[in-house]
Amino acid sequence: MTTTDHPSVGPDGVEEPSSSAFYEDDDAKVKLHFGIDPHEPWPDDVPRGQDDSRWRFQDNPKLARMAELKIAFCWILTLLAGIGFAVTYVVGGQTQAEGALLAVGFLGMGVGLILWARDLLPGTEVTASRGSHNVSDRSKREAAAEALNRTIDPIARRPFLFRLLGLVGGVFGLAALFPIASLGDRPHRSLYKTAWGPGVRVVDQDNQPLKPSDIKVNGILTVFPENGIDDAQSSTVLINLGNAPFDVRPGTQGWNIGGLVAFSKICTHAGCPVGLYNSTTHQLVCPCHQSTFDVLKGCNPVFGPASRSLPQLPLAVDTEGYLISSKGYQEPVGPGFWNRA
Amino acid sequence: MSTTEERLAAQKRLKYEKAGLDAIDDRLGSSGFLQKALDKIFPDHWSFMVGEIAMYCFVVLLITGVYLALYYVPSASDIVYHPTPGHGYMPLAGQHMSEAYKSVLDITFNVRAGLIMRQMHHWAAVVFMAAIAFHLCRIFFTGAFRRPRETNWVIGLLLLLSVMLEGFSGYSLPDDLLSGTGLRVVFSIVESIPFIGSWLAFDLWGSAYPGSALIPRLFVVHEFLFPLAILGLLTVHLMIIWRQKHTDFPGPGKTETNIRGSRLWPQYAIKSGALLMVVSGVLAALGGLFQINPIWLYGPYNPFTVSAGAQPDWYVGWLDGSVRLWPHWEFRSFGHEIANPFFPGILVPGIVFTLMFAWPQIDRWIYKDHAAHNLLDRPRDKPFRTAVGVGALAFFTDLTLASGTDILGNDLHIPFERLIEILQYGVFVAPLVAGAIAYKACQALQRTGTHPIMKPVGGVLIRTADGAYHTLGDDHGGHDGNGHANGHDGNGHAVDGHAVDGHAVDGHAVDGDGSAHNPEEDITEPAVGGAGPGDA
Repeated sequence: MTTTDHPSVGPDGVEEPSSSAFYEDDDAKVKLHFGIDPHEPWPDDVPRGQDDSRWRFQDNPKLARMAELKIAFCWILTLLAGIGFAVTYVVGGQTQAEGALLAVGFLGMGVGLILWARDLLPGTEVTASRGSHNVSDRSKREAAAEALNRTIDPIARRPFLFRLLGLVGGVFGLAALFPIASLGDRPHRSLYKTAWGPGVRVVDQDNQPLKPSDIKVNGILTVFPENGIDDAQSSTVLINLGNAPFDVRPGTQGWNIGGLVAFSKICTHAGCPVGLYNSTTHQLVCPCHQSTFDVLKGCNPVFGPASRSLPQLPLAVDTEGYLISSKGYQEPVGPGFWNRA
Repeated sequence: MSTTEERLAAQKRLKYEKAGLDAIDDRLGSSGFLQKALDKIFPDHWSFMVGEIAMYCFVVLLITGVYLALYYVPSASDIVYHPTPGHGYMPLAGQHMSEAYKSVLDITFNVRAGLIMRQMHHWAAVVFMAAIAFHLCRIFFTGAFRRPRETNWVIGLLLLLSVMLEGFSGYSLPDDLLSGTGLRVVFSIVESIPFIGSWLAFDLWGSAYPGSALIPRLFVVHEFLFPLAILGLLTVHLMIIWRQKHTDFPGPGKTETNIRGSRLWPQYAIKSGALLMVVSGVLAALGGLFQINPIWLYGPYNPFTVSAGAQPDWYVGWLDGSVRLWPHWEFRSFGHEIANPFFPGILVPGIVFTLMFAWPQIDRWIYKDHAAHNLLDRPRDKPFRTAVGVGALAFFTDLTLASGTDILGNDLHIPFERLIEILQYGVFVAPLVAGAIAYKACQALQRTGTHPIMKPVGGVLIRTADGAYHTLGDDHGGHDGNGHANGHDGNGHAVDGHAVDGHAVDGHAVDGDGSAHNPEEDITEPAVGGAGPGDA
């Protein structure tokens, strides 16, 4: 407490009031740090004068010998497990044996080390001061503030340069971010489009064209536009509702062929394939989040987080009797996005 | 005891040791640091070990991960699988799949010891997250995040986020049907972000979903970016712990300004090394004996197929549950829409993590406590904080259950619709109920008096109303802290010096027949001065 008592006095004995304002709430800071005066030199956290050189079984050679045997047993187990693992590997490997042998090896080593430290190595509980590391004393803080000040004042003297630096840094930094844009294509209209269109044949997974008679009553089939199986946006379910009465929504007249209807297979909630069809209730269920669509009501969502119907694909039959789409989907398929409207 | 030969041998060993240390110190001048480091004290409590378990899981992940990376092919190119009997998985013969998926099949079936490496890697990731979650709870409930440790709370949360993303990206690398479905949902969530969603999704995936760029990108992210982030954050995390020193529970002779435990060398270092061995052993047992993520059963990913029972790894479950429970709301106007997945997939975790990051400030504001602390809170002494924590756990539990509605509904014979409705109410009810119970339990535990594990410092001298003296417990706190045998309830003798909040310093001794008497007649003071200055 010699030099720190009057830290704001400069070398020539003149008070420098500017830097002491920095520590106006110094008394509060003292309280914040464990109720201890941070300016006092603290001992470090290394214990001194405490004897922790004793080990647990120091006075009991018999128990020490027992401990030695136990530890040796553990480590020999590790040795054997290691050899066993190597042999297992060489003869062709077997996952369960490898796992068990590795486990025995590691655990033998670990348990042996724990027993060794506990019973035969020195070290009991000791106490020490936590030391001075939590806070620096005032003189150090002021020295740091002064060092920092070497630039703060000159910067404050030339505000134009400082602002220019900020502007240049900002613009240049922004410019340097432009290459991020090459990471991906722009979406453009691709979220609105599928591979379906006027006269595109409906095919199955093997790219075979389908006739209306290929789907039996209550049957469901995942179909694709011809040569468009890889287009993830286009997968569609074809359902034969038979004689079940279903609603034809305004604007979708003639999109079905008898009881045969087609809807997008991509859930309007989060894009999973709507893969589960309950043919007694005529409901499609998405296995991801349980959105449920009533096929009889134009695949209207009746349960779960989806809020939009599955888009319907207008069906027709071409001159050869094969199923085609009379036009593509009339709205974007799949989950919503900002510009979807 | 020691013979002359033993002494000579000891001298010889010391000579070699000094020669070695001299050689190093001549070059680095490191002896001062070394001595301090070797003598550094670490407090001991089983719950302090969980963070180390997390760290050692990371070590196992790095080692097994390097092995796997040597075989994995980060490519979405389509190929046809041609296994030969004994070398590959025959049921998938002739199927189209990505090169990535095939390479994971090869690691599983063709690389000797490949499957155990893969399963150890996956188990280590799952245990890693569990250890982090437990560690986080320990820090939260004991108030270890308080001044001066707020920085490390933030770094810990950044670690949690990095590890979650690292885990999810690794889980997606095999390009199997299950993880591919998860990626489809993530694409939809990204797509739903207002203004930038579809652009961002296309930048991440490189093109419209699914594209072929994501798998190699995930590989870079999983092999390089996040491991580097975790390594960096972990280093800073540990450096700050080293600098600030570990917190400790209050106990006899422990104060805010001292630290008690064993030195780094040899006790702490060797036991910690042993923990690495034990963690590795347990992960080897799990990886060898318990199947995890059998991607060959899920099959390769294609965008139009899905398997029922699609659950992510456990730590993503609460997000999946959130997406399942959010009602069918979307907002559409002025030609724009905020799609449903945005709310449960971005907004909910955003709010949750914001609250977590801000908790040290919130806690400081609630308790008006700006002081630095090295001694931990007992959860019961901060009933409100404990109630918030338990409520949060109930919230996460409810959401995690929600991610299994299909399977749970099947097992419990409840239609999944009902189960989802129950869990929707549960999001609000469960945290409130659990929090209220926790609050009451804390209050009840406080009334039981002293610490159940740590015995109070000193004995307590009681003068009864009729002037007689007797002690509660012996000088070193030999009683169990309950004291009912003496006819006093717990409040009367909670002078153990650790009652940081003053809850336990009620001082109203009530005698056996329950009649209260003037507290000033009671002389209750520690018979042995053991309490430190910071404890008052």
